[in-house]
Amino acid sequence: MLQEESDLSLVIAQIVQKLKGSNLYAQLERQAWASLQRPEIKLESLKEDIKEFFKISGWEKKLQNAVYSELSVFPLPSHPAAPPEHLKEPLVYMRKAQGSWEKRILKSLNSMCTELSIPLARKRPVGEQKELLNKWNEMGTDEPDLSLFRPVYAPKDFLEVLINLRNPNYENGDSLSFRTHLGLIQVPLKVKDIPELKEFFVELGLTTGQLGIDDSTQVPPELFENEHVRIGQKVLAEQDSAAAQQYIRQGSPTALRAELWALILNISSQPEDILYYEQLKTNVIQHDLLVDSLIYKDVKLTASNDDYYFVFEDYLYQVLLCFSRDTSVLGHFAYNSASPPKSYIRGKLGLEEYAVFYPPNGVIPFHGFSMYVAPLCFLYHEPSKLYQIFREMYVRFFFRLHSISSHPSGIVSLCLLFETLLQTYLPQLFYHLREIGAQPLRISFKWMVRAFSGYLATDQLLLLWDRILGYNSLEILADCPKSIVP
Amino acid sequence: MILEKDPKPWNQNYKGHGLSKGKEREQRASIRFKTTLVNTLMDVLRHRPGWVEVKECQEASGPRVADTPVVQREPKGSRQPGFVEGDWDFYWCDVSWLRENFDHTYMDEHVRISHFRNHYELTRKNYMVKNLKRFRKQLEREAGKLEAAKCDFFPKTFEMPCEYHLFVEEFRKNPGITWIMKPVARSQGKGIFLFRRLKDIMDWRKGTAGKKLTSSEAQPARSAVNPPGGHDARSSEDQKDEIPVENYVAQRYIENPYLIGGRKFDLRVYVLVMSYIPLRAWLYRDGFARFSNTRFTLSSIDDQYVHLTNVAVQKTSPDYHPKKGCKWMIQRFRQYLASKHGPEAVETLFSDMDNIFIRSLQSVQKVIISDKHCFELYGYDILIDQDLKPWLLEVNASPSLTASSQEDYELKTCLLEDTLHVVDMEARLTGREKRVGGFDLMWNDGPVSREEGAPDLSGMGNFVTNTHLGCVNDRKKQLRQLFRSLQSQKKASS
Repeated sequence: MLQEESDLSLVIAQIVQKLKGSNLYAQLERQAWASLQRPEIKLESLKEDIKEFFKISGWEKKLQNAVYSELSVFPLPSHPAAPPEHLKEPLVYMRKAQGSWEKRILKSLNSMCTELSIPLARKRPVGEQKELLNKWNEMGTDEPDLSLFRPVYAPKDFLEVLINLRNPNYENGDSLSFRTHLGLIQVPLKVKDIPELKEFFVELGLTTGQLGIDDSTQVPPELFENEHVRIGQKVLAEQDSAAAQQYIRQGSPTALRAELWALILNISSQPEDILYYEQLKTNVIQHDLLVDSLIYKDVKLTASNDDYYFVFEDYLYQVLLCFSRDTSVLGHFAYNSASPPKSYIRGKLGLEEYAVFYPPNGVIPFHGFSMYVAPLCFLYHEPSKLYQIFREMYVRFFFRLHSISSHPSGIVSLCLLFETLLQTYLPQLFYHLREIGAQPLRISFKWMVRAFSGYLATDQLLLLWDRILGYNSLEILADCPKSIVP
Repeated sequence: MILEKDPKPWNQNYKGHGLSKGKEREQRASIRFKTTLVNTLMDVLRHRPGWVEVKECQEASGPRVADTPVVQREPKGSRQPGFVEGDWDFYWCDVSWLRENFDHTYMDEHVRISHFRNHYELTRKNYMVKNLKRFRKQLEREAGKLEAAKCDFFPKTFEMPCEYHLFVEEFRKNPGITWIMKPVARSQGKGIFLFRRLKDIMDWRKGTAGKKLTSSEAQPARSAVNPPGGHDARSSEDQKDEIPVENYVAQRYIENPYLIGGRKFDLRVYVLVMSYIPLRAWLYRDGFARFSNTRFTLSSIDDQYVHLTNVAVQKTSPDYHPKKGCKWMIQRFRQYLASKHGPEAVETLFSDMDNIFIRSLQSVQKVIISDKHCFELYGYDILIDQDLKPWLLEVNASPSLTASSQEDYELKTCLLEDTLHVVDMEARLTGREKRVGGFDLMWNDGPVSREEGAPDLSGMGNFVTNTHLGCVNDRKKQLRQLFRSLQSQKKASS
């Protein structure tokens, strides 16, 4: 009991600390000062009156949403004496594997750099800046010569690394038993089994209505759809993040989805946010990064060739180029097993004072990265809002899909979960695929790494991502391929 | 029992078997079809159980198809002098054949052909405008201004050169707006150009005043696509010297099109008309949005690639990647709009489009020769503006049936299969169906209601038309159920 209480107070302290530096805090303070003018605020009961005022005016709800947002992202409570690496990743062998994978990526990037003799970053001449500013809304028309650039890595390279992951403390033994895991992933991580999944995903049960199934043409809308839409509108009117997250587990109506996601991710387009985005845009205009060419190449190779997303090509550049300049993204490395690569000013290699993170947001894009953004273009059309939503989705969910960690939503656990489910419940299929040399994970890995973007029709994909937001977990991605593979 | 077969994937070859199945069938032992088109249509016709391809004999035109099964010629009675005997039951013809041969081809009662004799009343831009204007006047007389305003889905258009003076009047009333000049009889974006100054067309006009349209169409092989930046009066004069003079229409260019991803697009929708008197029209649930490959901006009216979204023109744009195809299925488009504007706005837009289809057909109803042998599959081109108002660009009597991608191939083969189901050469339908595969009966001598069993009354507050454009197209399932129930009905009655 005492331990729980002290854990809780630790968590509270950390959240308060985090929120104190946020814009919301400044706004609340301003509101509190302004409210002193109001007649109902009396000096004797100042604290209660202001609290009451916050409740009525909706500010308490905003604070609640902010706290809920922090809780969703906050890593699991750990021992107060745990070093920061443990927050990133508690298992040593995982950390080591991630470290060596990062080294490989950097080596690949550096060698491309020297081969093409292109600097990692350079300042654009004024003429070029002007040109880019004019073309900002149609960067897709630009056709730079990208033939010499290659993506730094592709999902299949990453899969090879995961296959070779081993826990040095775990002795498998050579004898085969019915417990032997026949899949590619050979690390002993705890993943949920079907009864646990059933409990976790209780709202996806057969007896509960679902959008995407129970709103099809044969089912009369009175049975489920109408009521569900009505509740959705109510949730939006209340502006309650937690309620929205619960609601969306059954899927979101098309017309409400954009607002619901913004509510769950606690994104509201404040003038400061728009200004911040404009600042990032200025950074893009002033400096050219090598990573930009990688982004261009990726968009041209993937999203531009997609039947659904080719239309949004220009938005993708506007989001991804700004994303790579956004240093606020560095914050997520506190709970990401990955670490941002460092670059040293010429001639000062190894001297920490001359180190900068490269790219500024610490994220090196890989082949298919732009597909994380593409489906969002369906919902958000204003660039700064689209940007915020994507950034939040990335630092909450997508980063786990390409870093090595033991987190239950990390890609390693997802792969293991997928293979375990398949082996347990469709053993003949699993065995057959293994015999013909087509390990099922090799097929489904790329689907999971991209969170199915580009592999599922957009309406299906958005319903799937509804559930990711609703359950605050990526485990649904491992469950999905089980029904597709057969 | 005839089972429905799915068309094979487009990279396989399947030979039609031409077996006759029908002792139990009252009608033909086999249905002999003829067509000069290949790709999707040929695939669909060859796969149809009981359909046999006719070899090209009498006509000199048309290629010989090497592996066509030999035609079965049924002995006929005495031949009518001067008439060419049709040795087919079904002909998907092209419009030039129709123009030359329709009037002296004898057709038995059961025979079907894929065009109406004077379809150009609807599909030629100048005739369509004339018919629509006349219809609108009539509506205004009979039902008032409000009703007539429902015909305002066509941008202001003037026939050239005969309405040149009217056009100049309108032009002067609205200085600075953009106009588009389109040849009346060409397709695929050929010969179209944009202009803002009278000077651009004055020279063109000097050369064409008084010349009438010749009876032959402009050669389709000539492409009038100029290299970017080459549109001025001079280049249109060059064209003039080499080809017969034809009529144009000058139309107000829609300057505020709805954009997705900064790109302009238009919608292709399919309407099947089985007869004009009475008017019976079906609307297909699938269709697509065709995107321009470049971003929309009014400052580049010389850039033909931006403004003309026909796939044929897009294919010549330097940005074009053949893999893309620049198309969205209309379901995708409908969903996108719903997530942006809400379901009610989308309902309004789609019912405005229904209005376009019906009224355009009504405007030519009395003019088109309604022959019971004829049916026609039209391709409607619709443009949406930023206020979500749909505009009719044109109606095509021979919409392209070539597939630009696998998705496109499936759409077109299903469309054609369902067309043949509705035409019903096999005499399976009862005539009371409101839906056949992906086709919904939109107009049956009056509006058709979505509700089952409800009387087809118009003017009622809660009347919902039986159209499902952009909705789920579960045609396979529907066809299975339909034919199963038809089969059991037949058994019960025999």
